[in-house]
Amino acid sequence: MKKTPDQINQDLLRPVVQTSPSFFLACGILGAVVLVGCYAWGYQLYHGIGVAGIGRPVFWGFYITNFVFWIGISHAGTLISAILRLSNAGWRRPITRCAEVITVFSLCIGAMFPLIHLGRSWLFFWLFPYPSERGLWPNYRSPLLWDFFAINTYLIGSVTFLILPIIPDMALVRERCTGWRKRLYNFLSLGWRGTRRQWACLEVAMHILAILIIPVAVSVHSIVSWDFAMTPVPLWHSTIFAPYFVAGAIFSGIAALIIALVFLRRFLHLEEYLEAVCFDNLGKLLLLMSLLWFYFVFAERLTVWYGNESSEIAVLWLTQRGAYRWLFWLMVVCNLGIPFPLLAIRKLRTITGTCIASIAVVLGMWVERYLIIVPSLSRKFLPYAWGSYKPTWVEITITAATFAAMALLYVGFVKVVPIISIWELKVGMREEARILSAASESELIGVRSTASPQIAERIGLERTYQAKT
Amino acid sequence: MNRMDPIVATCADPASAQRAIKALVSVGVKENEITVISAVPLDDWDSGDHEKASLMPWLVALGAILGGISGYLLVSLTQESYPIHTGGMPVVSLWTDGIITYELTMLGAILSTLLVLFWTAPLLRWKHPGNGIVEGEKIILEVVPAAAQLTERIKLVLQQCDPQPQARAPGPDIPGQSSV
Repeated sequence: MKKTPDQINQDLLRPVVQTSPSFFLACGILGAVVLVGCYAWGYQLYHGIGVAGIGRPVFWGFYITNFVFWIGISHAGTLISAILRLSNAGWRRPITRCAEVITVFSLCIGAMFPLIHLGRSWLFFWLFPYPSERGLWPNYRSPLLWDFFAINTYLIGSVTFLILPIIPDMALVRERCTGWRKRLYNFLSLGWRGTRRQWACLEVAMHILAILIIPVAVSVHSIVSWDFAMTPVPLWHSTIFAPYFVAGAIFSGIAALIIALVFLRRFLHLEEYLEAVCFDNLGKLLLLMSLLWFYFVFAERLTVWYGNESSEIAVLWLTQRGAYRWLFWLMVVCNLGIPFPLLAIRKLRTITGTCIASIAVVLGMWVERYLIIVPSLSRKFLPYAWGSYKPTWVEITITAATFAAMALLYVGFVKVVPIISIWELKVGMREEARILSAASESELIGVRSTASPQIAERIGLERTYQAKT
Repeated sequence: MNRMDPIVATCADPASAQRAIKALVSVGVKENEITVISAVPLDDWDSGDHEKASLMPWLVALGAILGGISGYLLVSLTQESYPIHTGGMPVVSLWTDGIITYELTMLGAILSTLLVLFWTAPLLRWKHPGNGIVEGEKIILEVVPAAAQLTERIKLVLQQCDPQPQARAPGPDIPGQSSV
């Protein structure tokens, strides 16, 4: 990519300063779907939770599936971005912000589902740790309360992690706007000037946050898994659940990130920024997570099958040979059958290939969440407690609306903030130029050792990649 | 003492800015009277800026400790204030309370990172002098000399990188924001 700083500014600020009719069209369509979802939620609030399909013995259905799914998706951004930042991976620069935004919005959407699931959502504040008029405090031993703390910590951390690198870009937009926009961006830039001290502090703060956010992200999904694993329900009460959930969350998160990147690339014309190398690398990560996911599923099922404990084996066969078999095998196909060849064969690991694999993974992971929750609840220890679950139009509509809400929030964000971190991209370009000049110097002298081992390695990697493509 | 008008010069690249700073220091300007403004972080620029930033990890650690202590106090004191029957098991359970203590430790660290950044950078001071921000390799040097007699010499030195260094009306700048 050979671009001047001015060209970069122009390309990346275009969606912020110009508004095309397609923006309004997208907002209109997505907004309409969200409104339908709001109507469904309003209908449930008015008529009561009975309009949803949940009932004895399956009290957790679509809503909790969506909760787990969206919290899982949220692992895409901040975790991946933090790992790539700490490892100083150069190809991360165009994708980190896209990823971090996914985290923030999907956490917000995921955190809504326990409220929707409450039925009487207006009593949500009962979950807060405060002394009520009866002198009661929430039960700190409940994993649901751990969720409250973990999700809020992760949300605050992710918002901070997203906002800090945005500040210099807000200052850039501020200098290019007039009127109310200038005032808005002046406020959003928090008085950023780009002084040496500000840069130094920002970089240290980003580094610290990247270190902090990784254990927080891991803890969040571990705690979500403990909502299940702390309960003596067949196939839930397992020590493998926390790492299994974390792996699944990263898996679905990477898939969601790839889908978002493909759409951004296509609709914002960012082909020169979101290059094939980003998709290639993310595709490799997705492949790794696909194999890891399959390893966890196999390990879990093998142990249950070998133990042959009657209540657990009933759920196992229910999902593999019983009523849920279609969903189970759909999950396996989506999470392994489709992604594996598309991502393992280099020729198929194109942008289209990774996108198809990612769509399959997102679908497969939603089904996986459903299969974790519903079959176990419908086949508890004693047959008198057996039952089934069928979602109603209210649950289906709300589920569909949350996908539209995610897209709508994303479109709105892209309109206000440059979706690619402009200053980080420029830093990357400067580093690239430095590497190239070091390389040409070393070639001129004919001595490889003139370049540092790191630079030599990066040049080598770049050339290998160029040769492959 | 009233602050003097800052003298502002735009240097073409970091190397010329560094030369100008050395020259400024040699004529008697203190390093903390010079503010360097750039479009991107100047990683290869050797200066004392990191001293301020290096306080950050310690302050963050302090925030984490405070967060952890408040988390543990929240769960333990409130559990003891309403002791439920636990069948002989401890009312304050370290295994489960550890999770909330951990989360609040991390929250304390995250919030203190944010606050320390706002304080040390410094941010949240919206009125800026209007130099704008720079583009590309350019560097803005902003010098606020303590002594008026240095002004002409500073302008002379700054002509090395900018033929026409300008004295600007002092904005509501922050004392001690200089960052060389």
